Order: sequence, then C-alpha cells, then structure tokens
Amino acid sequence: MTDVVVSIQKLSKVFGRGNLTALKDISFEVERGEFISLIGPSGCGKSTLLRIVGDIIEPSTGAVTVNGKPARRARLDRDYGIVFQSPVLYDWRTVTRNISLPLEMLGWDRGRRAKRVKEMLQLVELEGFENHHPWQLSGGMQQRVSLARAFSFSPALLLMDEPFGALDEMTRERLNMELLQIWSEIGSTVIFVTHSIQEAVFLSTRVAVMSARPGRIAGIVPVDLPQPRTAATREEPRFFELVTQVREQLHAAGADEVLEEAALQ
Amino acid sequence: MTTIAEAIPRSTLADRVGTRARDWVPSVAVFALGIVAWQWLIPDVFGVQRFLLPRFSAVITAFWDERNALWGAGWFTFKEALGGFALGCGLALIVALLLSRWKHVGDALMPYAIAANAIPIIAFAPITNAWFGLLSPWSKIVISAVLCFFPVLVNALRGLTSVRPESIELMRSYAASERAVYLRLRIPNSLPFLFTALKVASVLAMIGAVVGDYFGGSTSALGVQIQSSVALGQFETAWAAILVASILGIAFYSAIAVAERFALSWHPSTRSRVE
Repeated sequence: MTDVVVSIQKLSKVFGRGNLTALKDISFEVERGEFISLIGPSGCGKSTLLRIVGDIIEPSTGAVTVNGKPARRARLDRDYGIVFQSPVLYDWRTVTRNISLPLEMLGWDRGRRAKRVKEMLQLVELEGFENHHPWQLSGGMQQRVSLARAFSFSPALLLMDEPFGALDEMTRERLNMELLQIWSEIGSTVIFVTHSIQEAVFLSTRVAVMSARPGRIAGIVPVDLPQPRTAATREEPRFFELVTQVREQLHAAGADEVLEEAALQ
Repeated sequence: MTTIAEAIPRSTLADRVGTRARDWVPSVAVFALGIVAWQWLIPDVFGVQRFLLPRFSAVITAFWDERNALWGAGWFTFKEALGGFALGCGLALIVALLLSRWKHVGDALMPYAIAANAIPIIAFAPITNAWFGLLSPWSKIVISAVLCFFPVLVNALRGLTSVRPESIELMRSYAASERAVYLRLRIPNSLPFLFTALKVASVLAMIGAVVGDYFGGSTSALGVQIQSSVALGQFETAWAAILVASILGIAFYSAIAVAERFALSWHPSTRSRVE
C-alpha cells in the first residue's frame, strides 16, 4: 500500500461567471516524501492549483484531501508550509522572530522556539544574522529565511510557488541545492511550482507538465536521477534526456512560452 | 555553500552622532543669523516699529518677567490640546480598526472621511464655543479633537488595509485568528502610517487649542492672553506668549517623534541616515 499525502480528484476552477476556466479536471496523487514540480506556461493555473491545495482559494468542483482530510481541515491543523516567490517576511521582525512566527502561532514555548530557530538558522546557513531585519539582507538570504520559516514546524506538506523565480541564476542553483538538503534532512513532501525546466528536473522526483488555459495535467514525467543530487547531476546525460522529455511534453501541450524561455537559458 | 553575501552593516551610535553634528552646523548658523537680524538688523537698519516686531531682547525680557503667568497659561492651553489629541486620536484609532474589519462599511465611509479631512475644521471653533460654553475647556478640546480625528483615521485605515495579499495568505495558511492577523500583521504594518499622522495631529491639536482661545475663553488660557496683550499694546508679552506656544508645540511634536523612533526602531527610515 502506498502512503498518499495529497489526493486531488477531478478538480476544476472557474473564475468570474464562467468566462475563465483556470483549471479543468485535474486529478493526481502525491506520495509521502515526494518532491513534485508543477511546470507550465504563465497563466496555466499552476499557482491557482497550489493555492487550492493549500485551501487559500476554493475549487469550483472536485476535492483535495491531505493526509486523508479535506484541505480545510488540513489547513486548520497547520499541515501546510508555504513559500512564495517574494520572501513575504515581516519587516518589523528580526530574522529570528520571522522564523519563529509559525511556532508562535502553534503555541510553542519560548525555549522550544529558540532551540528550533537555532537549528533552522544552521540549516540555511544564516548564523550571525539572528538580529538583522529583512531589509538588511540580500534577496537570496531573505528567501533562505522564508525557507527556514516554512520548514521550522515540519509541516506535512510544503507548497512552494516559484520561490526562486526572482533570483539570479547563481543564487537559484545554490538555493536548489540547499532546498534538497533540507528536504532530505527533514523528510517532507513538497509541491513546487516553477517555469524552469532545469529546475523542475533537478529538484523533483516527478514533474507534472501543465497545459495552458484551461490548465490541465498534460503528462507526468518520473525523474529517475539518483539521490542525493549534486552539481554533477546537472551534467549527466540522463539529466538532459529528462529535460528534453519535459520540453517535448510542454511542446505537445502547446506551451510555447516556456520553451522560448528555455531556449534563452 | 561557503560564502554568505555581505549584509548591510548596522550603524554604530558614534557614526550616527558624527553624521548628525555635521548635519546640524548649517542650521545652527542660520539660527544665529536669524537672531542677529531680529535684534539689530530689522529695528536699526530697516526701522521696523516695536508694535510690528519688538526686539529679540525685549521679547526675552518679557518672557522672563512674565514667566509664571505665561507658563501657567501655556500649561492650561497645552492641557486642552493634549485632551483634544487623546480624544481625537483615540476615537480615530477605534473607528479605523472597526472600518478595516468591516471592509464594506469602510469603503462606504472612506470618501467622506477624506472629504472631511480637506475642510477647514478650525472654522467651526466659534460653533463649539456655542455648544460647550465659552469658558469651558471642552469647547477647545473638542475642536482640537475634531482636527486630529480625520488625518489619523485616514492614515491608520490606510496602514491597516495596505497589507500585501501574500502576507494575509501566509497568516491564513497558519489558520490564524482574526485577532492574530491584527496583532501580528495589520497593526505593526500600520505603525509607520500612524506615526506620520500622529505628528501632524500634535501640531493640529495645538493650533486648535490656541485658535479656539481666540474666539473667547478663560483668562488663564494662552490664546486669550495673546489677544489681550495685543489689545493693551504689550507686544513684547504677546510675542513671549507666542514663544511659549511654539516651545510647547515643538516639544509635543518632538515627544511623538521620539516615540516613533522607539516604536519603529526596525524601520529602514530610522537607520538609513548612515548609508
């Protein structure tokens, strides 16, 4: 028996009065410990899908269950950690207090919070910046704080909405490595939205390719690259084969926009 | 994963004081020149009469000789201003919290608040005298309060509602209660807006109290003393009273500004002087 964390059944989302179908008939499952990427052209509804899984917006039809519970129950049980494209840190809080925000919400006592924040700071290599405010950090460092905050309470499911999309290529590759390291240490389940084919293949255990309006799952590519992934992974022939496979799926789904971006990289 | 990008260094106190001292030299020089012009240039060279502008030294002498009466009156009017400030700002904060919570009510009332912010409320001062009694401090407290109310309401509401959608989504993902969203997100987010409005309100409160006095009030009020001094030809005393009002006004404003620096010590604007 497989251990299913997320189960999405016949999910659709229509905005307005039926004139914009963002998502149509989406069904898939995510198993415990998986790292699944959603890739597709802008406007294919991948961020919408992520927000529906996190019960931030509601689907028009269909259902999402997380750990066997409806998405709402899962949210109320604090099963989700979220990372957005922008770090969304609170400027009035120091790095330490930004990371401990969810721990405060969970009612952890001061000592337990301090201990966990210390571990997280070590994990994202931000020791020494405990008392800095977000605006005193670079964009990459801010996003690391945001990762630490999301992982701090070991949520059952991590939802990431293009978290490295606004960063330069060097920082992005470094944070890819860091993310994988945290993921393997904490052993969480991740749904990761991106529009970078390389990033999707490098990080994921599976890549779900989405088509443009209405958003659909056009295909799922299992990524059989060995774990743990290293800088060398990006140079393996199998990596390029998989990148090509995802690109062809995107092409078949009519996602020319992503392909243009990929050609530039 | 060995290098960590350099963070912006925090400023030391010495850096900040040093920068300040250099910043202040020109303004101190302008102040000294202003005093010299007031004392000698204006009366001796331009021949400006005493009833138009008494010499600086004469004003200072009156300021010293009449100190008990002047500061007593100043304190009387300052209490009116303080009362109006507390009342107006307090009500504005409560209304802002309610309007941000019930967004539709807020949207319906906001245009009127902005319009009210633009009317010269001081024009109502004679009316409040009629409502609350000429000699009662309440007529001045109310005009000060109304003056403070609208700018604080508009700014506080803007601060409470101008929160990035992702910040709200983050709170939602933590299943945060409405109360937690206010305490941890909306209220801290509104503080920079709020302090800007409180500084404006501190000035308006003093204006409201003094101008309220001009339309009649207790003889122990500063505005009344300024008026009667002018009527009796005691221009030095009138100017000394204006000096008292100015000192109190600046002190009030500065107190709010100091509170702001403490409350917003995290804010880039309070530290960016060094960069």
